[in-house]
Amino acid sequence: MNAATLPKRGTDASVTPASPSERGGAVSLSVVTPQGAPHPSARSLRELQQNKQQRGEQPKLGIEATGGSVARRAPADPRVAQGIAWLLGIVVFVAMWAAVATLRPDLPGPAKTWLAAMKVFAEPFYVNGPNDQGIGWNILSSLQRVGIGFGLAALVGIPIGFIIGRFAFLSHMTAPIIGLLRPVSPLAWLPIGLLVFKAANPAAIYVIFISSIWPMIINTAVGVRQVPQDYLNVARVLNLSEWKVLTRILFPAALPYVLTGVRLSIGVAWLVIVAAEMLTGGVGLGFWVWDEWNNLKVEHIIIAIFVVGIVGLALEQALLLLARRFSYGVNV
Amino acid sequence: MDRYLQIDSVSVAFPTKSGSFTALDNVSLDIDQGEFVALIGHSGCGKSTLLNCVAGLVRPTRGYVFLANREVGRPGPDRGVVFQNHSLLPWLSCTQNVYLAVERVFGTTESRKQMMERTARALALVKLAESAHKLPHEISGGMKQRVGIARALAMEPKVLLLDEPFGALDALTRAHLQDELIKIVAQTRSTVLMVTHDVDEAVLLSDRVVMMTNGPAARIGEVLAIDLPRPRDRLKLAGHARYIQYRSAVLEFLYRNHEPAAA
Repeated sequence: MNAATLPKRGTDASVTPASPSERGGAVSLSVVTPQGAPHPSARSLRELQQNKQQRGEQPKLGIEATGGSVARRAPADPRVAQGIAWLLGIVVFVAMWAAVATLRPDLPGPAKTWLAAMKVFAEPFYVNGPNDQGIGWNILSSLQRVGIGFGLAALVGIPIGFIIGRFAFLSHMTAPIIGLLRPVSPLAWLPIGLLVFKAANPAAIYVIFISSIWPMIINTAVGVRQVPQDYLNVARVLNLSEWKVLTRILFPAALPYVLTGVRLSIGVAWLVIVAAEMLTGGVGLGFWVWDEWNNLKVEHIIIAIFVVGIVGLALEQALLLLARRFSYGVNV
Repeated sequence: MDRYLQIDSVSVAFPTKSGSFTALDNVSLDIDQGEFVALIGHSGCGKSTLLNCVAGLVRPTRGYVFLANREVGRPGPDRGVVFQNHSLLPWLSCTQNVYLAVERVFGTTESRKQMMERTARALALVKLAESAHKLPHEISGGMKQRVGIARALAMEPKVLLLDEPFGALDALTRAHLQDELIKIVAQTRSTVLMVTHDVDEAVLLSDRVVMMTNGPAARIGEVLAIDLPRPRDRLKLAGHARYIQYRSAVLEFLYRNHEPAAA
């Protein structure tokens, strides 16, 4: 049951972060503009700093205007306020979790999960046979599968995206195929993988490959297609060679889009790996979840959920940092 | 040496949903080597289209463009174009932006060191030697436009094509860059075709002002030869009788005889 519902969740989530773009018809359905990602956080940081300056200049005015205790209790540094809000959010979340756990005693509460987590993480790299290994090995095996499948997808998908984006004919040629295959639930590919590779591990990697390739193809193609005409005019006026156009104009101009595609792809890959491993077994977070479900160690399942979330968040943040590095001050 | 740049009965029509739209109708213009010609007209009159024909970005539907007795087909580095919005590549420094153009023209004949020297000279010409290493977003709009001019000049083009080069700048920066351009053109003896909608700019900079009628199917309305001594100084010219005369002639053409349709 669980395994059956998971892939659906996977595809849903791969579509939600996307903002539909008007351009390019069916192919550009899951495009997030590169500005969308790094921009809000960058701007909010600047706003925060401005607020800080304003408050620093006229602290008395604020107190007089709002009157007494409220203004005085407000922290001087808005980052402190943000930190407090974060902490409060976590506290509320844990409290709600504890409340639910008391209503349903079969669900482990925060304290029980925490104790179990201490035990799990005390020895992350033990090996007790092929089906019983430490959480560290589970995380690393999942990351390795994602890394290989995603890496292959990048090697294939980004060049394809460039070619599709550069040549309208190829774009039209591939649009129906991509449009048809992209929405297919990742796990639907698994039987084909099992049939072709006759082994679970390559099949899982293949599922990662096929499900994470689409955002990279599509975003790269849109990125190449949206290279400003000004830059292409420069290329035309200078009569640059196709190689120079690619390395000096198309690649740098499309890079933010490519990185957005990479970010979406990693997200999809990380969503899919848990479901794929549930079905293929071996070592990995997905398998671990399924194993602990069979053992009815529900607290371990909750630990796995947190681990999946934290690793996914870390991957996303790392790629956001990378994307900001390559914004060339265009969006700043 | 005359008829260095020859625009010979050029017409341009663009296909649109409601049939073909004629932007330019039978335009002919000859420009001598070392001459500075300004194209002026209301927006949408096709002056940029004419410039793009010379640049090779737009193919004339009828007619021909010759540069130094060779027909202009595709865009090429023998025509240096400065775009209104500078069009610098934001991931390349000023030096790298200029070097890209230098490399294209001199890559087969000169060493890297020689080309770097060319790049440095071009940036020094527009007084940007000190900001050469900066990225475009780190410099002001006026400086970006200077880099654009340096990039065009560094190729040693046969003709410099300026498409409203200072249109996006504030008035003071624009005046400053116009003065710079006067000096640069005098120094390099460039042949220049400039599109502008600024009457003062046209009269101040050029040897001839070509006034275009309103589109669609724009033509050359009048050509005004500007007989003012060089080097020109905007302060001295401001009260110069002939300058005022030329200025009002252009204004007359633009606002009395060819008032914009939607104004």
